[in-house]
This record gives sequence, structure tokens and C-alpha cells, in this order.
Amino acid sequence: MSAFSAIGEETEKDQNEFTPGLEPQPTWCPGCGDFGVLKALKGAAAELGLSPDEMMVTTGIGCSGKLNSYFNSYGFHTIHGRSLPIARAAKLANPGLTVVAAGGDGDGYGIGGNHFMHTARENHDITYIVFNNEIFGLTKGQTSPTSPMGHKSKTQPHGSAKTPLRPLSLSLNAGASYVARTAAVNPNQAKDIIVEAIEHDGFSHVDFLTQCPTWNKDARQYVPYIDINESDDYEFDNTSRAEASEMMFETENALHEGTVLTGRYYVDESRPSYQQEKQRIGEMPEEPLAERYFDDSYEWERSYDKFLGKHK
Amino acid sequence: MTDHELIWRIAGGSGDGIASTSQNFAKALMRAGLHVFTHRHYPSRIRGGHTYTEVRVSDEPVKSRGDGYNFLLSLGDSFARNPSEGAYYGNEEIKPLSENLDELVEGGVIVYDSGLLDTDEIENFDERVEENNWHVYDIDLRTIAREHGREVMRNTAGVAVTCAIADIEPDVIKSLMSDAMPEKILEPNLEVFDDAYEMVQEEFDVDAPDISVPSGEHDEEQVLLSGSDAIAYGAIDEGCRFISGYPMTPWTEVFVIMSQNLPELGGISEQVEDEIAAAALAMGASHAGVKAMSGSSGGGFSLMSEPLGLAEITETPIVLVEAMRAGPSTGMPTKPEQSDMEHVLYTSQGDSHRVVFAPGTAAEAYYQTRKAFKLAYEYQIPSIVLYDQKLGGELSNVPASVFDEEPNPDLGSVLTEAELADAPHDDSGKYQRYQHDTENGVSPRSLPGQKGGRYLATGNEHMPAGHISEDPDNRIAQMNRRMQKVDSIRAELDDDGEFNTVYGPEDADYGLITFGSQQGTVEEAADVLNENGHSVKVLGVSELMPFPKEQVSEFLDSVDESLVVEMTASAQFRGLVQKELGGYGDVMSSLLKYNGNPFEPADIVEGFETALLEGEELPDNRTKFVPKVGE
Repeated sequence: MSAFSAIGEETEKDQNEFTPGLEPQPTWCPGCGDFGVLKALKGAAAELGLSPDEMMVTTGIGCSGKLNSYFNSYGFHTIHGRSLPIARAAKLANPGLTVVAAGGDGDGYGIGGNHFMHTARENHDITYIVFNNEIFGLTKGQTSPTSPMGHKSKTQPHGSAKTPLRPLSLSLNAGASYVARTAAVNPNQAKDIIVEAIEHDGFSHVDFLTQCPTWNKDARQYVPYIDINESDDYEFDNTSRAEASEMMFETENALHEGTVLTGRYYVDESRPSYQQEKQRIGEMPEEPLAERYFDDSYEWERSYDKFLGKHK
Repeated sequence: MTDHELIWRIAGGSGDGIASTSQNFAKALMRAGLHVFTHRHYPSRIRGGHTYTEVRVSDEPVKSRGDGYNFLLSLGDSFARNPSEGAYYGNEEIKPLSENLDELVEGGVIVYDSGLLDTDEIENFDERVEENNWHVYDIDLRTIAREHGREVMRNTAGVAVTCAIADIEPDVIKSLMSDAMPEKILEPNLEVFDDAYEMVQEEFDVDAPDISVPSGEHDEEQVLLSGSDAIAYGAIDEGCRFISGYPMTPWTEVFVIMSQNLPELGGISEQVEDEIAAAALAMGASHAGVKAMSGSSGGGFSLMSEPLGLAEITETPIVLVEAMRAGPSTGMPTKPEQSDMEHVLYTSQGDSHRVVFAPGTAAEAYYQTRKAFKLAYEYQIPSIVLYDQKLGGELSNVPASVFDEEPNPDLGSVLTEAELADAPHDDSGKYQRYQHDTENGVSPRSLPGQKGGRYLATGNEHMPAGHISEDPDNRIAQMNRRMQKVDSIRAELDDDGEFNTVYGPEDADYGLITFGSQQGTVEEAADVLNENGHSVKVLGVSELMPFPKEQVSEFLDSVDESLVVEMTASAQFRGLVQKELGGYGDVMSSLLKYNGNPFEPADIVEGFETALLEGEELPDNRTKFVPKVGE
């Protein structure tokens, strides 16, 4: 019998399963977009029939980092920007786990930018949700990598001289095989996208627009959004890299002009995940590595028999 | 240097096959029943530049590279560039010969490839040869090699000439060549060997130098391996099946050995974007239930300081190896030093704790890597194997039986699902993974995917189920419990008493104290000092944290005074001893070396006799003497 019997176990399709029995008082401000992510993730997990014990949610630092305190599953609240490397390794060690990583725009696109780029490049089979509110929230309102040019804050009193980062274009170009943007103001689309992202076999990047009513009242992303997959004005093929790229470019410009477009921008079902590639070239076992430590019948090889011959 | 001792130095350019040739030479002589020890010197570049390897061979056990050397095989640097006026790399064309003469002992042998090297370009060469009574063999090794195969086979020709002069039975080398070389190149190499061997015997006086290497027999089977091999095999035997890293000299050796072997064992190796990710991946794999390790050298380890603290507060087992090289910053990438010691002991925020081992020999590197895993997984604490470029890269013969231990895949303090069902949970349904009241500070963990084991691992201070909390009482309880683990580990290590080595006469007047890779060298120096009529014993410390307070103070109390030998510029290890023991500064002097080369026994003999006993200045600036406090 598996040492990880929660994996694959069907749970009741009730999102309350994913609410801790004793719910901690959220430290998010009233009206914060982060509640939308939590709700969407609970809804998605329930819809997928996952068991809380088979999920692992890793987070970084910031308001987004508290997601796994309010979500009932295994969790690893890491350090600034490091939710991805922890998530990657956990998935490699035990591919049966459903691994979701989350971070904020400062956490994920700033300090964790290098990990973001490389996780996308390698196409690890994990889902990455970035709470994008264009501001550093928990440190009380500094300019972030996605803040618009000219954005004034305590640390940029004359306004930011930097072009905001383009998260969708970045992950597409780095190699992510699923790229979407959704928003806390549309819980139904958000839930659907997270369901797809978790089901997708490969790196799924969800840029999740989350309003910050306390520190970023100027952000334009509160305006009603347009679902590009639903609107006739934005007909494009999201399996085409070129069309997705063009669409993303347009979207990322439009956001700061007051038009919020969301939806699935790029979906590549043909690219094998990193785990599959590694198994194909013989660098990763077919059975979960973590299971082996509980398998009494497994014969552990030792260096004496295996490698010392060449030293004799 | 004993009578029956060959210290053979093969010099050339990086990329000329110096390392592989010397390795085969050493292995062949080990097979002939001798004790061997190698020392590598190489520059931070790919091809060309002054590089050499010394192979010390003796019928007695050897623990260090020894003092000086008596046989130079100078092959020339086939990648040398023509020097321009004033170039700071100097005349690279003659370096394999000119750079090596200073340490060649009187009566020594020089064999050089006259096809590549010209002694006319070396200042006062003939005078120096005469003064030192050196025996010079100028042989066009390159041409011999070209006649039978390719130019690179001049290494083989050089080895053949060595055999002829040092009375080494040719079959010892030839049988190893047959094992090591693919058929296609074996035949021409054997021809090169025979041709060079015969030629030097016919045309030169091979009996002139008084150098010979007798063969012998080992009591038990030996293997030739490096400290890096020993660390990798220790990890493998302890069930480590996940490694993540970023290349950096000299840690890369362990990373490469693991990466080449793990897939074959069904394990996973990940080369990742940086060292922060490397340590974080190892932690992620460990968190999910796999034995994992990572590692780096100085600058890379700096980046790991952040995940290291996270591992400690989340109580995630992790094993890191740190291969020291000369710093600060990128310093001297291919040169050994021990100056990352304080960095490794104290890096990361807050009152953070870890286990740190500093093995003194290859065998100890194997045992301590295994112990590092055992402690990390049992006590859920980061543990580090701290070594250096010297121990990592030098080859020595070790009894094969050292490695004949059962594998240990035990994950340590992890609960099964059945145990989890009976374990305490909080009102939110989460497992109380960080419970306060435990016997030894260890609170068993659950693994993601186990039914009923949910908890939150977090870098913030947290309640028993992992929820973030700044409650003062909980903070004290959690902090005390984490610190209690260190006390438990200290007690366990003190009980074992395996790793801190005392060597020499028990009732000696003077002590030599050292740590890590210098242990063997210091022991050889003590032998010389005792032969010279002094009364000296050695303590090699291989546990740095928790520090073996009792053993060290006992040693210090048993002698009048001690000389602390370390490869740092600021006497870090002496500082550690004083900090941990709260005194002893008035009975410890320091001998420091930080010029990029490890100690040789003679450095220590000189430091002891000249500076410590006579109170005189050392004759050159190779080592530095720092007197005890108050002098």
C-alpha cells in the first residue's frame, strides 16, 4: 500500500473541504483581491475532486504568502521569491502531489524573477499563481515590477522611471506551456482558469489581477474586464505562439490605459512536461522517488558494489 | 622524505592530460602494494597555464604530499602562448620546467621533453643543476609519441622513462594501461611506452640517481579515491537520491560525481539557475520525503545562507557540502584555504543552528557525510560537510572495507499514516507537527500526500500546527525546542567520540591543533618534531558545531602550550576554540598559511622550532606566526 494514500483519493466536491476547520483570521484588508484567489483556488480544488492531503501549496513572502495559511492542504510558506524552487523539487520527488505555487508581483516577478524564468523554461508540471496588484502591499506600498511607469510611491517619490514588466510575454518567451490572466473581480473565470491550469501537464502561469484597495487605489485594473476568449473583438488562436504573443503585447499595453483583458492566452498541450522529458532521457524514475523510502522490498544499491571497482 | 620514497611531479599545461596520467600512475603503484597520495596544482583556466600533480609513493603509509619532491617529469605546455613583453603570466612556454625547480630536492631527477622545452631560456639552469646535483634527462618525448601515435601520448613516454629511472616494474603500469585505455589507443600507447623505456635504458645512465620504489603488499584491498568521491559515496550509501546544484570550483567535483551516478540508481540530479534555488530544491525534495543534498563553494554558499535559515526554522532536513577555496569573494578559485569556516558556522539570520563537520581524511569524509545525513534526518536540522579544495581533489589509497557498510535509507523522524492517525491534531484538523514537549527537541514530521498529516511549514515563527504566530510563550517554547536539538546532538556526538583524532605520545609537552584537511600533514610534522627530540602530540578536530568542548579542553589541559595550524589569515579556528571554551588564549599560538598552497610538514616543523620555541622570525613569508595572547 502506498505511503501516500491521500494521493488520488476522491474528496467530496465541497470547497469547504479546503477551509481549515479552525479558520485563522485573514490579515488581508477588506476588499482585497487576495480573497478572490483563495476562493477561486478552493472552488477549483473542489471541482477537481482533490483531497486536501494530496495538495501542496507553496508561497513566498507578502500578502500573497499567506494564501496557504487560509487554505487547507499541505503548505510551505517559504521566503521571498522562493516558492518555485521548493515546489519544483517537491513535484520531482513525488509527482503524485498536486503542487501549486503562489507569490506576489514583487515576490514572483522581482526577487523571484530568475526562478520564474527558469521554471517556465523547464516546463515543470506545477501551477503558478501570481497575485498581481502592481504594488508591494505588506511592506506598505512601494513600487513593484508591474507598477506603471511614473508610479509614485514612498521609494519612488518622483515616479518610476521603469517600464513595467510584461509577465505574460515573459513567461511565454521563457517557455511556459499554459499562460493565462484572470482577475479577482471575476470569480467564475478565475476558478475555471485555475482548474485548467492544475489539469494542464506542464508549467501553468496564471497572472491573477488582485486589486489592492489600501496601497494602490490608482490601479486601473478595477474597471470591468473583458474576457478575450469570449469577446468577438479578440478572436485569436491561443495555441499559436505568434498570435498569443501579439495578443499579450496588446493586453499588457492596454492594462495601464484602463482596459483590462483576461483569459487564456497560450495553451500548448503538445509540449511534454519537464518530468516527462526527464523520464524519457532516463534521469528520473517512473515510480515516485518518495515512495521508495517506504518500500521494504526495495534493494538499495551501495557504492561498494556499484562504483568502487573503478577505483581499484 | 624517507629513503624508499618517490615524490613524482608531472608538470605541463592544463588540458595536456596531466591529471589522468598521474591518476593512472598512482593507481598502478597502489596496485603494486604501495601507499600513494596526490596533490594537484592547477590554474583557473581551461587549457594551458602552469599545472602539476604530485604523486607521493612509499612503502610506508603517507598522510600528506610531503616536503618538496625528488622527480620532475616536465612535459611542456602544448597550449602555451608566445609571451609578449611584460605579460603578467610570464613566459608560459618554459613554465612547466622553470616554475618547478624551487622545490626539487638535492639529488633529484629532471626529465623534460626536449621536443617542447628549451633549457636555454631558463636563467642559470646549468648552474642550478650543478649546485643541486640534479640528474637531467633531456628526451624528445614528443617525437617518440608521434612516431607511434599522437603527440598527446608523450605522457606515456614520460611515464616509461620514470619507470626506467625509478626501478618501477613496467608491467605494473602496462597492466593498468590495458584496463584504462580503449583498444584503439592502447596498442600505440604500449608501443610508445616500450620505445621510450628501451631508449632511455640504452642511451642514458638510469642508475645514476639514487631513487627506487620497492613494491609491497597491502594487508587488505585498497581503493584510490578523492575526498570528493568519498563524500559522494557517503551520500549515496546513506540513501541520498536527489542532488541540486550550480557549478562552482571546487564543489563541482562532488556535484559531477553525484550527477553521473544518481540516474543509474534511480535518483535525480538537477543543475539549476543559482545556489539559492539549489538549496531550496534540496529542501523541497527533502520536505516531500526524499534524502537530498546540495552544496557549493564560498560565493555560492553565500547565496545559500537564506534557504539555510528556512531549513532550520521549518525543521526540514538538508545536507549541504561546502568546498572552501581562497576568498574573499571569488578569491582564488582553484586554491585551497579554510577561511569559509566562520561563514559556514554562523551565516543566516537570527539564532540559527546547524551541524558542521570538517573531515580530515577521505575515509572520514565518507563517515561524516553519512553521519551528516543521519543527524539531519533524525533531528530535522541542516547539516554541513565543510572541506576544501585540498581534501576534495587529492587522491589517496583507502581500505575498500571503509565503504563496506550497509545502506541506510531511513528517513529519520517521519511518521507513517497509521502513526499520524493517533497523533495530535489541532482544531483546524492539522497535524501538530511542531509540538512543544518532546524529549530531545525532535517533533516528528509528516510528508505531503500522507493522509492526516497536513501542516504548514513556514519561515515565520509558528504554532505547533504551523500557523504563523508572534505569541511570546509559543516563541520561547519553539526556540528552546529547536535549541534543545543541538544539545541532544552534542550529547550524541560526545558519546560516539569517533571523529576528533588525537595522535602522538599521550604525555607530550606540546600540542598541535588543527581542523579539516590539514590533519594528516600536521601528524606527519609531529612525527618529524618528535624525531627531532621534541615532545608533541596532535588534535585534529573534525566536529565544528556542536563543538566538542570536552575533548578539546581536555587536550589543551594535557599540554603546556599548543600551536594552532590552519589555512586562514585571521586565525578563525583559534578564535572558535577560544569562543567555545571561554579562554585558553594564553596557551595557544597560531601558524597560518594563506598563500594558496596547503601546509607542508616542513612548514609546521619550521614554525614550531623557529617561531614557537626560539621566538625567532620565520625566514620567509610563506607562513605567518601569531603568538599567544599577551605576547
